[in-house]
Amino acid sequence: MWRALFDWVDSRLQIAPVLAFLRHKQVPVHRHFYWYYLGGITLFLFAIQVATGILLLLYYKPTAEAAFESVQYIITKVPFGWLVRSTHSWAANLMIFTAFLHLFSVFFLKSYRPPREMTWMSGMVLLFLAMGFGFSGYLLPWNELAFFATKVGTDITGAVPLVGGFMKTFLRGGEDVTGTTLTRFFGIHVAVLPMIFTSLLVAHLLMVQRQGMSTPFTSEGHTVPTPSREMPFFPNFFLREAVLWLGTLALLLYLSIFLPWELGVKVDPFASAPAGIRPEWFFTFMSQSLKYIPGTVLGMDGEVLGILGFGAGGAFLLLVPFLDWWAGKGRRHPFFTWAGIGIIAFMLTMITLAYVKPY
Amino acid sequence: MRVPDPCVGPGFTPGRGGRGAIRAVPAAPILAAAVVLGLLVAGREARALDQPAGEKPDTCVACHQAVGGPMAKPLEDRKADVHATKGVSCADCHGGDPSRMDMDSMKVKGFVGRPSRRDVPRLCARCHSDGARMRQTNPALRTDQFAQYQTSIHGKRLAGGDTKVAVCTDCHGVHSILPANHVQSRVHPVRVADTCGRCHGDAEYMKAYKIPTDQLALYRESVHGELLLKRQDLAAPTCSKCHGNHGAFPPEVTSIAGVCGQCHVINKDLFLESRHHTVFDRMKLPECVTCHSNHKIVRTSDDMVGVGEKGICIRCHAAGSPGYKAADQMGKMIAGLSAAVHKGEAKLAEAERAGMEVSDAKYEFQNARVALIKARNEVHVFAPDRLNKVVGPGIELAEKGFRAGQEALEELGYRKQWSLIPLAAILAVVVGLVLQIRRMEGGRG
Amino acid sequence: MEGRTTGGTEARSAPGRRGFIELILGGGLLTLLGSMLYSVVRYVIPPKVADAGLASVVAGKVKDFALNSGKIFRFGNRPGILVRTQGGEFRAFSAICTHLNCTVQYRSDLEHIWCACHNGHFDLVGKNIAGPPPRPLDPLEVVVRGEDVVVSKKA
Repeated sequence: MWRALFDWVDSRLQIAPVLAFLRHKQVPVHRHFYWYYLGGITLFLFAIQVATGILLLLYYKPTAEAAFESVQYIITKVPFGWLVRSTHSWAANLMIFTAFLHLFSVFFLKSYRPPREMTWMSGMVLLFLAMGFGFSGYLLPWNELAFFATKVGTDITGAVPLVGGFMKTFLRGGEDVTGTTLTRFFGIHVAVLPMIFTSLLVAHLLMVQRQGMSTPFTSEGHTVPTPSREMPFFPNFFLREAVLWLGTLALLLYLSIFLPWELGVKVDPFASAPAGIRPEWFFTFMSQSLKYIPGTVLGMDGEVLGILGFGAGGAFLLLVPFLDWWAGKGRRHPFFTWAGIGIIAFMLTMITLAYVKPY
Repeated sequence: MRVPDPCVGPGFTPGRGGRGAIRAVPAAPILAAAVVLGLLVAGREARALDQPAGEKPDTCVACHQAVGGPMAKPLEDRKADVHATKGVSCADCHGGDPSRMDMDSMKVKGFVGRPSRRDVPRLCARCHSDGARMRQTNPALRTDQFAQYQTSIHGKRLAGGDTKVAVCTDCHGVHSILPANHVQSRVHPVRVADTCGRCHGDAEYMKAYKIPTDQLALYRESVHGELLLKRQDLAAPTCSKCHGNHGAFPPEVTSIAGVCGQCHVINKDLFLESRHHTVFDRMKLPECVTCHSNHKIVRTSDDMVGVGEKGICIRCHAAGSPGYKAADQMGKMIAGLSAAVHKGEAKLAEAERAGMEVSDAKYEFQNARVALIKARNEVHVFAPDRLNKVVGPGIELAEKGFRAGQEALEELGYRKQWSLIPLAAILAVVVGLVLQIRRMEGGRG
Repeated sequence: MEGRTTGGTEARSAPGRRGFIELILGGGLLTLLGSMLYSVVRYVIPPKVADAGLASVVAGKVKDFALNSGKIFRFGNRPGILVRTQGGEFRAFSAICTHLNCTVQYRSDLEHIWCACHNGHFDLVGKNIAGPPPRPLDPLEVVVRGEDVVVSKKA
């Protein structure tokens, strides 16, 4: 019966070649093959976000008067609401974590070299979008910590030269962070970003399928000749991925029960900022480092300098396929290795400081 | 510098010629000129003083200013004086005629000069008890201060000849009197205690009177003193709130509840209903002060009720007596309610810390706290069955909150238990997949 | 997940072993999907207690309020007090006394709001007029829509 159905669809859409492709897709097996799982885990976590996000949408109310109470309602009165919400919050953080791991593994494996430049750049943009998801989503429960973190975050956006002022007002929906900001962030979080992210994600995945998996250099500086060892994607690699995905699911369940995500206190815009405001951890490497830059450096505003620094770092990563000319020749230039190590060390240090010694 | 008196002195013999006349004739215009000059100077100086608008420069001010030193001090003081702003002149209190030249200004009928302490109240009352006069400048100000003063201990003793007691100027000041609601006035509520304490806290000054002189020190340590002096909370009482201001007198033993009850209405009402009321009055015990003291009234604590070490009841009620038993009961009730409230609060906090959402239960729990507050009031009717009517429901509410916290923690436990099912399922699938992979690949997982 | 195997030697796919794998795989998946389905279904079915919908609350019907009366109602997580003045006007405030957080009440004999704990008095605009409360009561917005008296947060 399935055969008959398949034939009916295939005769109209010619999907057989696609399936054949998938059936024959191979994954190279080598020393660094385990890093290949990270992209898939990130994808799985994104799927979890979409599913739990849609469920939350059934009860969440995106206005300043009702947002906090609606989240409270979800976690206290709606059956399994606590599970849906906690999963959504934890998976968001895990997703960004695995996205960063995925980024750095691809960076060190130099998979960005030709012909995979566009895959890399679409991935970088996906990371920025994911952080945008995190930033917009953080505000939605309308609690105190999130409110003030958003205030600080949009303030920093405002310091970007030229377009900063406009961006800040655009994001906030006005001069200050208000209910308008909340509604705006909600729209961005559930409609704008999903649309852009999904399109780019599909492109990213299609490019990966089209070009196949990249293999790293050997120690002699040559690419691993293809294929020395390979594994079919279906079912071998996929079953292994399924194991990891199920492990992630178990982890999310465990976290939702034993470390449930806090709701906090509702926003009181007239109260003064509480101590210990901090954005989400994946922004802290920026917020914390800005604290160490003096007010003026060489006649320029310190904050602007910091922002330009991050911009430069982001641009470096985005354009590394074009900057790392040596990788295209199969050679490992030490500058890029050290740059990568430096960036990781910097981020880890700043993140640790933000939690251990914020001031 | 003394202005030379043109009317006395050598050489002035109008119209006489002769040797003296020749000498006097040039002297007279010079002297006259000197006097005129002197007055002009004095007049200019008088104008240069901060005299309130509309007040004509007068010779009182001019002379005293010119003489300087302690004589000029009143003028200095009057720069911040309510009477000056209302156009009350020196002569309005002290008498005399400011339009007349120097000493003549004082040779007028009704010149008071420096009044004696005994005369001060009557002097102030000349205006301040005159309704028609006060209406001209401050119609709403009371005019019965002097009448009240005469009923006070200060007034009575003054009438008997004791001039050490307080008169108007001791509290209000002399030439720099400010309205009582002005924060720098010596009779502003925040400063009243210090003003009374100037005499009443001075052991040496008060030696002859054989009354305590520690009231100010005790008051400063009291909760009222802390609220008023440190936190500037004007709802807290100062000396005059309980003792009166112009009619200052310690409250009668049988009216103390009424005095404290000006603010502590509920406690007063309950006390007046209680058996302590009639008994205390009969025994001449000072009602509220018996348990709470008068000047050093400190924050109450729950262990004041009962038969424990800090219990106040056992000061009078001997062990085994009915009063002792009642005190014991009440002490235990309050302690029980307080403990239940703390227990409930702790449980809810524990549930919240564990990540459970308990804001509904916390909302309801507020009523348990209110019950404790009300129970502490209800103690003052000194009847265990009455107290139980407040404590009983309070304990129920506190226990309800406790149970809500417990339930939340139980719910957390259920989640942990039930989650084992999907976790076990995941484990099963994972194991199955691993085995499948091995089977497919011939043992090379 | 039937085996298209690759390279390597085929393991002895004894039917027993294969059956066992199929069992735990199938059983585990079924249980997992079943529990996920169960939780999603329970989640999407609306609970009995509707969301408090906190922008505004219907505190009551106009005809239920006599002149010179007051009532405590729940406003989110806090109590509120709705007063109908002698003149027929509706006023609403937070019912949390600003002294020690007891719940205030309306006294029709005094024609204003009173706190029973320590005898605090508030007038009909919420101002603290006597007793220990240091601040006025927080006001709430009242609108009469047809028969309903609707109370919302002050804008």
